[in-house]
Amino acid sequence: MILTIAKKEFRSLFAAPSTWWMLALLQFLFAWFYFARMDDYLQVQAQLAQLDNAPGATIAVAAPLCSALALMLMMLIPLFTMRLIAEERRNQTWVLLLTSPVSTTHIVLGKFLGLLLLLALIVAACAAMLATLLLGTRADIGLMLTNVGGVLLLSASYAALGLYFSALSKQPIIAAAGTLGLSFGLWLLELSASDSRSFLRAISPSAHFQNLNMGLVNSADLIYFALLIAVLLWLAIRQLNDERRHA
Amino acid sequence: MTATLTLSAQALTRRHGARLVAVSGVSLQLHRGEVLGLLGHNGAGKSTTLQMLTGALPPNSGKVEICGFDLALQPEQAKACIGFLPEHPPLYKDMRVDDYLLFAARLRRVPASRLAEALTQAKQRCGLQDSGRKIVGTLSKGYQQRVGIAQAIIHNPAVVVLDEPTVGLDPAQIRDIRTLIRKLGDSSSVILSTHLLNEVESLCDRVAILQKGHLIHSGSVAEMVASGTMEDAFLQITANEAPLT
Repeated sequence: MILTIAKKEFRSLFAAPSTWWMLALLQFLFAWFYFARMDDYLQVQAQLAQLDNAPGATIAVAAPLCSALALMLMMLIPLFTMRLIAEERRNQTWVLLLTSPVSTTHIVLGKFLGLLLLLALIVAACAAMLATLLLGTRADIGLMLTNVGGVLLLSASYAALGLYFSALSKQPIIAAAGTLGLSFGLWLLELSASDSRSFLRAISPSAHFQNLNMGLVNSADLIYFALLIAVLLWLAIRQLNDERRHA
Repeated sequence: MTATLTLSAQALTRRHGARLVAVSGVSLQLHRGEVLGLLGHNGAGKSTTLQMLTGALPPNSGKVEICGFDLALQPEQAKACIGFLPEHPPLYKDMRVDDYLLFAARLRRVPASRLAEALTQAKQRCGLQDSGRKIVGTLSKGYQQRVGIAQAIIHNPAVVVLDEPTVGLDPAQIRDIRTLIRKLGDSSSVILSTHLLNEVESLCDRVAILQKGHLIHSGSVAEMVASGTMEDAFLQITANEAPLT
């Protein structure tokens, strides 16, 4: 049942022209950033080469690009998540799911999985672009993989957050604005916390992404993401169950 | 009536907010092979009642049993026995008719081996044979209504609940849909709400009339038309009832 819903969600995301626009725009921006970083790197490469232990292309180009991608996805994901539940409510298609023999858990997990599939595709497309670095230099594969994995985990957290807001709201726009507001706020928290051990950094998902961005796989960060996603999905399920059972 | 009981609702009550009572103490029973018409003026609580029967809206109090399963306690078993066409058909406008109906069938747990058969049958019953590849949103209102009915019957449910199924259809389509409902009534139980008295007269075995959220009449169609026309009987029943405040 989860897969049925996930497949339908994935296909209907692709049926919407807006999805294609957003994907195209994202690819364009990503490519632009890529060239800009590349250009910067090539200009300073001669000087860098004289340093001991000089930064390679991966850390100078790929890692900042993944940071930028994470930021772009933060702004893009609310536009996808608002469709998942809030828009179904507005279009009165939600009742089809409500009156079908499907549990709320299956609906939420199915929708989450469907969106995750799309996000994985976006990240894979960007990773493919990064892989072109391999054509010109010996890239640090490990660093690239942690970056890609980090972006995936981060976007999964934003997707879970968006799904929860979508479950709370009847208006897609409010769901999107709420998700964007909160994820932006969490991102600002990370920026504003100067001390790396500060509590503010501990709760911000983008701060946990920083470690992966540097190529550091920390089990604490992985657990943080897993917990965050699980809690948000659980909250969404709880919210919808409450709505279903109690008048 | 000796046929098995497919749906039974006891004392359903639904309030909107603290004061406004939409439906109060409505009890209904339906047997296999029976067609029940739900009548009432605008705002009498017909749609709210149907939503409570199908699990789209939780009642404040009361109980619904479908095929012996309690809707609140065993929702999945109970819902597998219902097909519901709400007032606004729950259509994903950007899907193709075939994809949409297959999705509805999978949601209702039609086994994979029977999907193709169920799809063909539902389309054929609703006159959608040539519309399978079309996008739902591009269909006319009448055809969208047919798709709405098709999703409600694709899994051959024991209880079919239709909220104003013939609204917005042209006369020929209304005739087709009525023929379909009558056929459905042979194998399943059907509840439909409507404003059209002649529809009730030609389709239904029994009538339930709601007014201001209360069930004020329940009986067979034959009884109602025994003393005159359906319209007279309906107006008499609804006029007799003192306004509740």
